[in-house]
Amino acid sequence: MRRSLVTIAGLAVVVAAFGSPVSIHAQRAQGGVSPATARDAAPIDLTGYWVSYVTENWRYRMVTPAKGEYRRIPASPAAVPIINAWDPSADEKAGNQCKSYGAAAIMSVPGRLHITWQDANTLRVDIDAGTQTRLFHFAARAASSPARSTWQGESTARWEPVAAPDRGGSLSVVTSNLRAGYLRKNGVPYSERATVTEHFDLAPLPDGGQLLLVNTVVDDPMYLNAPYVVSPHFKKEPDGSKWDPTPCSSTW
Amino acid sequence: MLIDVVKRSGLAFVMVAFAATAAFAQTLPNQFEFAGSWAPIGTEDVQNDSVPVDYLGLALTDEARTRALSYDESQKSMVERQCQGWGAAYLVLGPFGLRVSSQTDSASNRLVSYRIDAWEDWMEMTIWMDDRPHPSAHALHTQAGFTTGRWEGGALAAHTTHIKAGFIRKTGVPLSDEATIDWRFFRHGDVLTVLMVARDPVYLVEPEIISKSFRLSKTPLDYRDPCAPGYEGREPGDPVPHFAPAQNPFIDEFIQLYHLPREAVLGYRDTLYPEYRKKIKDTYVPPPPCTADCGVAGNFVRRRGPTP
Repeated sequence: MRRSLVTIAGLAVVVAAFGSPVSIHAQRAQGGVSPATARDAAPIDLTGYWVSYVTENWRYRMVTPAKGEYRRIPASPAAVPIINAWDPSADEKAGNQCKSYGAAAIMSVPGRLHITWQDANTLRVDIDAGTQTRLFHFAARAASSPARSTWQGESTARWEPVAAPDRGGSLSVVTSNLRAGYLRKNGVPYSERATVTEHFDLAPLPDGGQLLLVNTVVDDPMYLNAPYVVSPHFKKEPDGSKWDPTPCSSTW
Repeated sequence: MLIDVVKRSGLAFVMVAFAATAAFAQTLPNQFEFAGSWAPIGTEDVQNDSVPVDYLGLALTDEARTRALSYDESQKSMVERQCQGWGAAYLVLGPFGLRVSSQTDSASNRLVSYRIDAWEDWMEMTIWMDDRPHPSAHALHTQAGFTTGRWEGGALAAHTTHIKAGFIRKTGVPLSDEATIDWRFFRHGDVLTVLMVARDPVYLVEPEIISKSFRLSKTPLDYRDPCAPGYEGREPGDPVPHFAPAQNPFIDEFIQLYHLPREAVLGYRDTLYPEYRKKIKDTYVPPPPCTADCGVAGNFVRRRGPTP
């Protein structure tokens, strides 16, 4: 009798792990076990096309601010000489035109996101401004030795679903191993030691649309005295008809 | 033998399933502790009230733009207007933190409301959590409005109606008494992010969306004293200060200071989308290097000199 129960339990787990791709909430409601992949476990659906809706920090995002201005960024004394030495032409010549498109800044750059599942445990975010791609890895990956730092770094993701029977939740993403870049177009720096912690949340809009809010906290022991916190938001679009990839530019 | 294999497989799958879940998900409570003191983090530019004509980030109707341009900040020097206060939207547009308390029914011990305390020039806001309906459309409209809330997806969702006609920016950009505001309060660790979606069929072409973050404070916030009116050079009976909209002397100040496009400063809808950035790419000339008040504490924009 006991053996049979264990067998049934084992088979049930097999079915639950590889069965129909129902949501984590549906499985919980049915008393089942948790899904086996991040895609199946998603408490919110972030996939689709999203457009920046620039209603805050306009002057720092839609145009390049004056050289030397870093208002509202808690820059450390070590950052100030770099801020004042900003030379966009030199960046362009050195092949560093993507410095203001790195993970610590890219979500604030006006543009569009295209969010898809690259595989069952990797959420892919393509960004048309600067033609960048971010990969959010849910599953633990083998450490590569030593990984080369990049504009978008290495991102580890985790869902934060709310307890049943409620629905919804948040996506938490932590990014490190970044190539040094700029928080703003005018050369306010972050270092390769910076860490970016993001939460992706959804909210309904009065017209029936959807809003994506990306709460972003940048910590940098080298160039910030305190965490730099921003929360750019995006409206959902019905399709990719306005998707318009453009290359990085340090002068615009 | 087969049973043993299946048994082992079953247990293995249990372990894999739990390990995978632990790796990509961590369940959070349906509600968070909202009561407490929340200090503003202040790294985002959401106030836009440093120069008289700064409507960046707004999608205004023509009527709103005309009214805003006719506004003279000297109105706030009139004794009868000094303590008029600002409306509900000032919760995220103002510079202050949030001191939040919860009220429970003494008999049932159930949550009745959250209250966000008043600040010097902002009325307190009560968020009713007991499923009470909004009052009749003809009921009194107030600066704070009437707000109900509920927990939704781990966030506190609230809806405000019955707002008294006022402003969505301190510089005179109007908000009508037909406006409604949807709020979302998200908490991630010690950071509270307040999302405001303000809708106004009279003055906004598209909703005004602002998010502002606060950090949990270990000490109570230092709230300022209540507003006390005083003489500021305006006598009772003096005319209400205002401008003819086309003759607002400040209309070009912000434009010239930062080389900003006029349609952006005056709050046209197209300026809120990425296409606009591409549109002005070849005409925008960056302002000269910043020479003063350039740092983090620059909670304002630097004015060029004496105002007109």
